[in-house]
Amino acid sequence: MLTREDDVLEAAEAWRDSGREVAIATVVETWGSAPRPVGSHLVIDADGNFLGSVSGGCVEGAVVEEAAEVIASGSSRMLEFGVADETAWRVGLSCGGRIRVYVEKLN
Amino acid sequence: MRLDVLKALNAARRARRAGVMVTRFSDGDQRFVEASAIAADPLADALETALRMGKSGSVQVDGADYFLTVQAPPPRLTLIGAVHISQALAPMARIAGLDPTIIDPRTAFATPERFPDTPVIAEWPEEALAAAPLDRYTAVCLLTHDPKIDDPALIAALKSDCFYIGALGSKKTHAKRIERMRAQGFDEQALARIHAPIGLDIGAVSPAEIAVSVIGEIVAALRKKPRRSETAAP
Repeated sequence: MLTREDDVLEAAEAWRDSGREVAIATVVETWGSAPRPVGSHLVIDADGNFLGSVSGGCVEGAVVEEAAEVIASGSSRMLEFGVADETAWRVGLSCGGRIRVYVEKLN
Repeated sequence: MRLDVLKALNAARRARRAGVMVTRFSDGDQRFVEASAIAADPLADALETALRMGKSGSVQVDGADYFLTVQAPPPRLTLIGAVHISQALAPMARIAGLDPTIIDPRTAFATPERFPDTPVIAEWPEEALAAAPLDRYTAVCLLTHDPKIDDPALIAALKSDCFYIGALGSKKTHAKRIERMRAQGFDEQALARIHAPIGLDIGAVSPAEIAVSVIGEIVAALRKKPRRSETAAP
């Protein structure tokens, strides 16, 4: 399903209101040809359900994993992703860009 | 993120009010600043710039790093005319992130069967636009070819600060339209806001192709020009 940034933040509120533990990931900086612009959001719940996109699919898996730890610990994290040569196709941006993603728990 | 701050941001969006959420990275301190309250905020200059550009981003003020999440109302598309082109334009607009609404007083055209997923208002534009006024985050397309229907909507659009006005019809049709609007007292600067013939020049023939050209022109109007200041009078 196509979602807009607005829908993502609406979903974050709705998920939290229905009692789910929620983290919000936001692209806060990009270098080079990053796939999603600054301000893009991904909302994640404790079960690993997510909505939105911070990279068009390249690093969502890693962000979801980090989000689980942010939900558990309650403390925010700054993540950075870029091309990491041989790991580029595993976790990284195959487009050659770099992004910083801020992950915070919704309290 | 604080739930109360997120709720304030989402409430502003639902009410089509602009604002900026401020997050300080060092300690996660957060607040949502409504556009009307920006002048009184310690980060007023940075917030005003971010809102005017319509872009979220990181800023550094007095040695502290902040992230500014810009909340601008989702752009709307008001289509005057429940016509063939609107049937292509409305679903494309939705995919492009514009909220379409169709206004056409002719009840034979303005039916839910023809527009299953789009709000259709079977009223004259004067009435419909009085109930839901055009704002700076709205694009308007005049598509009926009928001055009785198009002109009142065009007058309302020219009096508003909507970000795009497009009018279907040949250059000849448009010349007559311009004459009628001059007679209504609009000056050249106001009339220059009208995109006519509507759409980018991509050689569009079918209604769907014309819709593509119109969506392209609306996106250009939305993204290429800097937004006028929030404080500017309409």
